[in-house]
Amino acid sequence: MTMVSTPAWGDAQVSALDDDEVRRIRNDFPVLEQEINGKPLVYLDSGATSQNPRSVLEAEQEFYEQRNSAVHRGAHHLAVEATDAFEDARATVARFVGVQDDELIWTANATAGLNLLAYSLSNASVDRAAGGTGRFALKPGDEVLVTEMEHHANLIPWQELCRRTGATLKYIPIDDAGALRLEEAARLITARTRILAFTHTSNVLGNINPVDVLVRMAREVGALVVLDACQSAPHLPLDFKALDVDFAVFSGHKMLGPTGIGAVYGRSELLNAMPPFLTGGSMITTVTMEEARYLPAPQRFEAGTQPISQAVALAAAANYLSETGMHRIALREAELGQKLVTGLSAIDGVRVLGPGPGEERTGLAAFDVAGVHAHDVGQYLDNLGIAVRVGHHCAQPLHRRLGLSATTRASTYLYTTSEEVDMLVEAVAQVRPYFGVTAAGAAS
Amino acid sequence: MSGLDSLYQQLILEHSKARSGGDLAKLPAAADAGRGDAGQAGTGQSHQLNPVCGDEITLRLSLGADGDGQTVTEIHWDGDGCAISMASASILSEMAPGMSPVSLRHTIDHFRELMRSRGKLEADEELLQDAAALAGVAKYPARVKCAMLAWVAAEDALRQAEASQGVSRPL
Repeated sequence: MTMVSTPAWGDAQVSALDDDEVRRIRNDFPVLEQEINGKPLVYLDSGATSQNPRSVLEAEQEFYEQRNSAVHRGAHHLAVEATDAFEDARATVARFVGVQDDELIWTANATAGLNLLAYSLSNASVDRAAGGTGRFALKPGDEVLVTEMEHHANLIPWQELCRRTGATLKYIPIDDAGALRLEEAARLITARTRILAFTHTSNVLGNINPVDVLVRMAREVGALVVLDACQSAPHLPLDFKALDVDFAVFSGHKMLGPTGIGAVYGRSELLNAMPPFLTGGSMITTVTMEEARYLPAPQRFEAGTQPISQAVALAAAANYLSETGMHRIALREAELGQKLVTGLSAIDGVRVLGPGPGEERTGLAAFDVAGVHAHDVGQYLDNLGIAVRVGHHCAQPLHRRLGLSATTRASTYLYTTSEEVDMLVEAVAQVRPYFGVTAAGAAS
Repeated sequence: MSGLDSLYQQLILEHSKARSGGDLAKLPAAADAGRGDAGQAGTGQSHQLNPVCGDEITLRLSLGADGDGQTVTEIHWDGDGCAISMASASILSEMAPGMSPVSLRHTIDHFRELMRSRGKLEADEELLQDAAALAGVAKYPARVKCAMLAWVAAEDALRQAEASQGVSRPL
């Protein structure tokens, strides 16, 4: 049962996780067992970072206790075991997002992944040997297109790339409800567009962008498509091949994994034609005092010792998610997202950003409480043990566009109970009375 | 008083709404004040931003002659932020006029020390007056910057005001 009419993640005949299953899932997450201010922790900040199940924590510990060693070097037993664990982890995570093993590059996080892409293109643009005319070189007159709803991580690397190369950064605007203006996208995607970078699901709005429509427009003009999957990889079943994007990035810590690990997906043919970003050990074939030759992807983009235990732990996270079922998680979160938007919108003076009740939404909601700053809302909720994110959520341009400087965001995950969402909604309803705000924004 | 009520005391909530001094236009700045160096002698301006939450304040402070020395004559500001940062600016702009630069700096120093004490220091209520009500903020490290925003702006604006008169002070 779901309230979402046309899930973007297909027509699988599965049901949402139910409350009993969620209660069992919670037992796997030690951090959720604690109290804050004498009240049970209600963790509604998974959009910022998710919690880790025991299997993830144990996988990392087991690696250090049994197999810790450098990978892809050394012939001793532990080195072989560590290399196997590291590459098995890559295969697991690659399968989780529907790509080949050699198309998945480890990075520190999604931000590092986007910078890797931007800097590789930047390197291509200043390559004197290629005379700045290589396939990936950007030059004045070229355009990089993003959207108005991007996280700063999918905006600033492109701003900097354009500044360095003389290319022009443009953006697809949103409407007042937060949806991309596709008629503007059609106008803005032209033969000058070299890169189209956009988020799959907004970390503020909770909408799901029409990847297929945008990819089709980009294909018509030969632009490369970069998908920020940081908020979708943890919450929606993903298949980057089916989505037909050229590149995608995501972070481990938002999908039950540890911090310090994320990944870039790139089509094999592209990755092997692009210049490296970081150079050094582990990514070469032969090195002379004058020059070096590079290994194919993924090693081509993995200079230096990699986050090995983190990769192993991220694979454990991907397995945990797969075993639970990404379709079921997505359906569950869609229900919670509806519960959030419906409950919060009904409160006097509360404005939820993005899709309204009944419209497709992920399991998060950012909202404004008229007359009360988001920081104060967050403080009030924290006093009740409810953890939410407050501020601009690394999306200042989006907030500015919507006439706000800061909002409060509640974001759910597979361990969030319906009762927790109810508690949040009831608490938010008390915020304006507590701060003595009754006038502005009061409808009745 | 619960933790939350000691943070959001009635006085703070009232100041956050009343916003004394929250009328920047009343104290004209020189045309190039946007650069931080208010051209009008004796007036200084500072813009402070808390990048974590987006709290923002632009504060102007003017100095006037008072006998042999000088005193702060007016503080006006314009800002956007949480109840703590707005109340803090309101309280400061009520208490600072009449203070000498030395006394204002002394008060700011004590306030900063109090805010950074994690609740271990007692407020000097005689010195801090209404600002002593903000003492509860010290127990919430994430909010200290909110409370400090206007005070940091006042400290900087004071420096600008003195610089505009040719008074140089060590930073």
